[in-house]
Amino acid sequence: MKHIPFALALFAAFPAPLAADQQNIIAEQVWSRASMGENRPGVAYMELHNTGSGTRTLTGVETGRAAMAQIHQTSTSASGVSQMAPAGDIDILPGTRIALEPGGLHIMLMQLDRPLAEGEYYHLTLIFKNGDNVEIRVPVLAASARGPGQ
Amino acid sequence: MISRRAFAAYLAGGAAVASALLLPGWWQISGPGAAPPLPRLPLPLGEMSFSMQDHTGAEVSPQGLVGKPSLVFFGYTFCPDVCPTTLSDISTWLSGLGADAARLNAVFITVDPGRDTLPAMAQYMQHFHPAISGWRGSLAETDKAVAGFRASYTLGEGAEGEGADYAVEHTSSVFLFKADGRLAALIDLHEDRAQAVAKIQRVLQR
Ligand SMILES: [Cu+2]
Repeated sequence: MKHIPFALALFAAFPAPLAADQQNIIAEQVWSRASMGENRPGVAYMELHNTGSGTRTLTGVETGRAAMAQIHQTSTSASGVSQMAPAGDIDILPGTRIALEPGGLHIMLMQLDRPLAEGEYYHLTLIFKNGDNVEIRVPVLAASARGPGQ
Repeated sequence: MISRRAFAAYLAGGAAVASALLLPGWWQISGPGAAPPLPRLPLPLGEMSFSMQDHTGAEVSPQGLVGKPSLVFFGYTFCPDVCPTTLSDISTWLSGLGADAARLNAVFITVDPGRDTLPAMAQYMQHFHPAISGWRGSLAETDKAVAGFRASYTLGEGAEGEGADYAVEHTSSVFLFKADGRLAALIDLHEDRAQAVAKIQRVLQR
């Protein structure tokens, strides 16, 4: 399970509407934590691999589950204080991958329609500058999950 | 207003360290208005002064932690990234210690008591290792705790509204104290598991 790219699985399931170069971005190790209670935000993590020959720029995210979805960067100062801020556009150079992982880049889902429940899946759209968006399916793991396999 | 409170806690911490470093000497070297000296180490647990309730409703204080090594960190339950990650890490360390976990205190202190009511804390703590205790106090007690640990926090924009959706910037290192209440080490957010467990085991062996 750990090594199956979820985006690929999705392409297999819905191959028709996708243009060839959309497959240049492969999302792997996709996971989300169950959110707790009514108003707490959710979070999603993944690795994005650019298998194409051009730079791709991730500008945002969207999901039907959250009224507001943003890519955030957690940063920790020299004195050990952590904060989150919108990450801005993210360039993914050809042949490289970027990791959205705990304590770093993450997708933050605010104003969820209902809590993200362990065991369910939801759809997320990664928005790229050239207009080729990538749809991914995100599995919701336990509230205490630490990575895609746990 | 709220960031002013956090800032006051910060100043109080800075002033205490400055006096510990013999204020006149430091003042002459660095001059008025210089940044507080770093690192600012937390007070020994036995010298801190604050009182809170744990997530079961029991009265707790830092003095109550003295006698066993302790892991303590600050956070808030609306924190989507850093706090569940740290709580999962601590849960994993405790599981890795097996029976030795009972020889350790593990405490999560909320810096967002406005949203983190006791029932919210109780619900939240269920998801993590049962040995981790979730502490919550009034704003004043929270500020006293933060000052004692030389930690800091700032409530984000929107914190004063109703049902507000705001983030909290906060110290994210895990404080590891020896059984006598003095600081042994800090464990940072990105430290690997083996290194963290080794630090804890070193303190348990003493
Ligand atoms: Cu965030």
